[in-house]
Amino acid sequence: MFDILKDLIYSSGLVSLTAGNMVMWLISFILLYLAIKKRYEPLLLLPIAFGILIVNLPLTYLMEPEHGLIWFFYHYGIELDIIPPIIFLGLGAMIDFGPLIANPKTLLLGAGAQAGLYVTFFAAVLFGFDLQEAASIAIIGGADGPTTIYLTSKLAPHLLGATAVSAYAYMALVPIIQPPVMKLLTTNHERKIVMKKLRPVSKLQRVCFPIITAMTIMLIVPSAAPLISMLMLGNLFKESGVVERLTNASSNELMNIVTIFLGLSVGATMTAGTFLNPKVLFIFFLGLFAFVISTAAGLLMAKFMNLFLKDKINPLIGAAGVSAVPMAARCVHKVGSEANRRNYLLMYAMGPNVAGVIGTVVAAAILLKNLG
Amino acid sequence: MSELTAPIAGNVWKILVAVGDKVEMDDEVIILEALKMETPIYCEESGTIAEIKIKEGDAVNEGDVLVIFG
Repeated sequence: MFDILKDLIYSSGLVSLTAGNMVMWLISFILLYLAIKKRYEPLLLLPIAFGILIVNLPLTYLMEPEHGLIWFFYHYGIELDIIPPIIFLGLGAMIDFGPLIANPKTLLLGAGAQAGLYVTFFAAVLFGFDLQEAASIAIIGGADGPTTIYLTSKLAPHLLGATAVSAYAYMALVPIIQPPVMKLLTTNHERKIVMKKLRPVSKLQRVCFPIITAMTIMLIVPSAAPLISMLMLGNLFKESGVVERLTNASSNELMNIVTIFLGLSVGATMTAGTFLNPKVLFIFFLGLFAFVISTAAGLLMAKFMNLFLKDKINPLIGAAGVSAVPMAARCVHKVGSEANRRNYLLMYAMGPNVAGVIGTVVAAAILLKNLG
Repeated sequence: MSELTAPIAGNVWKILVAVGDKVEMDDEVIILEALKMETPIYCEESGTIAEIKIKEGDAVNEGDVLVIFG
């Protein structure tokens, strides 16, 4: 009788519980609170937080290679790089590239904002991260969740939880992080600039855009193919107007399904053993640094372009060059309307914003090609 | 007789005026919802509302007429 009881106690998780596990529970509870109460990116934070919680319950072996349930999700979804491109298919089916087509100059802003990635890359190397780790941290500055996950899973899988959570956290914190940088680097006069009306974009241009972009980028940077091809296919579904069912499936059902597996798997990589070390905390700091530098780079790029442009652009839209779609564009709109309440920058900011998605993918592909 | 047009595409979230209301420049007239964000649309001049061309829930394109001033 006593033996059975002893056995029960030893086979329970309670005996194997560590203080680290309990710290991870606390992190999970905080993220659950932020997701449910504050609605910070709940679609991802909620499954991530629950993933963290369950993987820190000992002896469940959920992440045990070849055995655990979530390990299979992780292995097939993330390690084999299936889920991030599928998310990109859905994004493509939702994104309106119209503002970018109407004003192709804004592509430069999407590219300019990627400067933050490279600055952070060198900063991370200086602080003792190896090249692969540094690249995975730097990509946080692009503020693109799926691309961050894609690159980290290939270059530095042990950092996946940290880079993914900080990328999504900073996307949710755009309205807090970006405005001070925006106000610091622009004058009130610049923020008041009302931009020239966007020209209308024809259906032919909308349909040609994903085809031409896919061909151009993949011919120049072939390693960007998995993400760019899916992004542009999704967009072609949308703009062709003839496959509404595929458009809806990509942007709703398929996207929602893989989001569940993505969030849960990312959360489950965050065991106390891998997550609780000073290096990881430092990633959050460097990620924030990357994000701020990217925002600043976009703003400065816009001011630089204004030196040559006859019709001045509002430099605030440069801050939307980070790819957090559409949070960064909303933020630009808000800061712009504070300076001039009849200035509606939303659609102008969507140009660099969607260009930023493309820019981040290209930056990730270049890092991957040189370091993978 | 002049009109107020939609500066961005979106859905009409709230109409804050009625026909016959007197409005001043910079008054909030309509709230549009675009990209999950509420965007207030302000008057560009003072006048009296003669006609409201939209109703709450309508989708509007950039340049569509929202209200006409008398």
